[in-house]
Amino acid sequence: MVEQTQEEMDWQLVTKKIAVPFEEREFVAKHRAIFIAFFRSGILGFGGGPSTIPLVKKEVVDIFKMMNDEEFSDVLSIGNTLPGPIATKMAGYIGYRVGGWLGLVNALIATVLPTVVMMIVLLVSLNEVKDFDFVKGMTNGVVPIVAVMLGVLTWEFLVKSKKSLGWKIGTIILLASFLAMIIFGLHPGIVIAVLLVLALSLPIKKEEANK
Amino acid sequence: MVYLQIFLAFFFPGILGYGGGPSSIPLVEHEVVDNYGWMTTGEFSEVLALGNALPGPIATKMAGFIGYEVAGIPGAIVALLATVGPSLVLMLILLNILYRYRNSPRVKRLSSFVLPAIAILLADMTFDFFNTSYEAIGLIVTVVLMVAAYFALEKFKVHPAFVIMAGLVVGGFFL
Repeated sequence: MVEQTQEEMDWQLVTKKIAVPFEEREFVAKHRAIFIAFFRSGILGFGGGPSTIPLVKKEVVDIFKMMNDEEFSDVLSIGNTLPGPIATKMAGYIGYRVGGWLGLVNALIATVLPTVVMMIVLLVSLNEVKDFDFVKGMTNGVVPIVAVMLGVLTWEFLVKSKKSLGWKIGTIILLASFLAMIIFGLHPGIVIAVLLVLALSLPIKKEEANK
Repeated sequence: MVYLQIFLAFFFPGILGYGGGPSSIPLVEHEVVDNYGWMTTGEFSEVLALGNALPGPIATKMAGFIGYEVAGIPGAIVALLATVGPSLVLMLILLNILYRYRNSPRVKRLSSFVLPAIAILLADMTFDFFNTSYEAIGLIVTVVLMVAAYFALEKFKVHPAFVIMAGLVVGGFFL
């Protein structure tokens, strides 16, 4: 027999209560569930919003049954066609759908606030001791690591471009945005806006339309 | 006035970054470092490093902290609203329309057309960080640390939080 931890027992307790559809649950239980779901996925996910999505799915679909698998996938794919941070789009929309405006605010606060407070407390206390050589060295040690992380992220975006656009269109857009933003110093916003307009207005090839 | 600047600095990255929070980071850097000069590249990279070492969405952690640095708690709130608000409002308003057209190739193409531009912005930022490091600690140390970090992160799959902590310790003692 496997011994259950306190946490597992709590989870089971929470899941058992959800025999009734989520929307029909009583006010306090509903909002507590929304808060727990988004708090946990925010505080346990490393690597930014996109990497917290599987955790959000686990909470929203598997544990609290706020929506089913298919609904979640729809919300996610629509969220991805819009700009901006994905974690807060998902939290805000799901919170609104299952708990109204209060649910929206609740889910957003649970997603955003704990980690922002951690960040401010940590960096402000680090700033207090900024002038010590040790702390200056810490900054120096961390810059190359961030460069590597960004390099890896760059590579991932290149691979994704190739996968979704193919070599030809991918390379054309890549070169055009390089020229526009880096060589001519155009604001990235203008370049992205132009690309969005092109995406919506260029004709669709037959094989793309059949996909 | 400063609140309006903070709002705009985070509004544009929030409304232009396709591919979630991480892809909006170079846009945030563009506003915060190049446009408004609130931080140097070095300071920005320090904030980004600690943001990566902590859990949760990266865009809101960056916005909250930078807003706080520039104008205290009200600044943090303005930056957070500017980051989260516009894209969420779009989602609530457009969900029904987008739901109807979610299989349309044009709508699907929206996010993929932007990917190469984001890749360029990320590459540019990688180069900036490399340069900052090169100026501070020289070429050899920079390359050694980068190779070590690459192997730890990509080959041995060490958790990023531990790699960043190791970087902080190594930097504190030796750099």
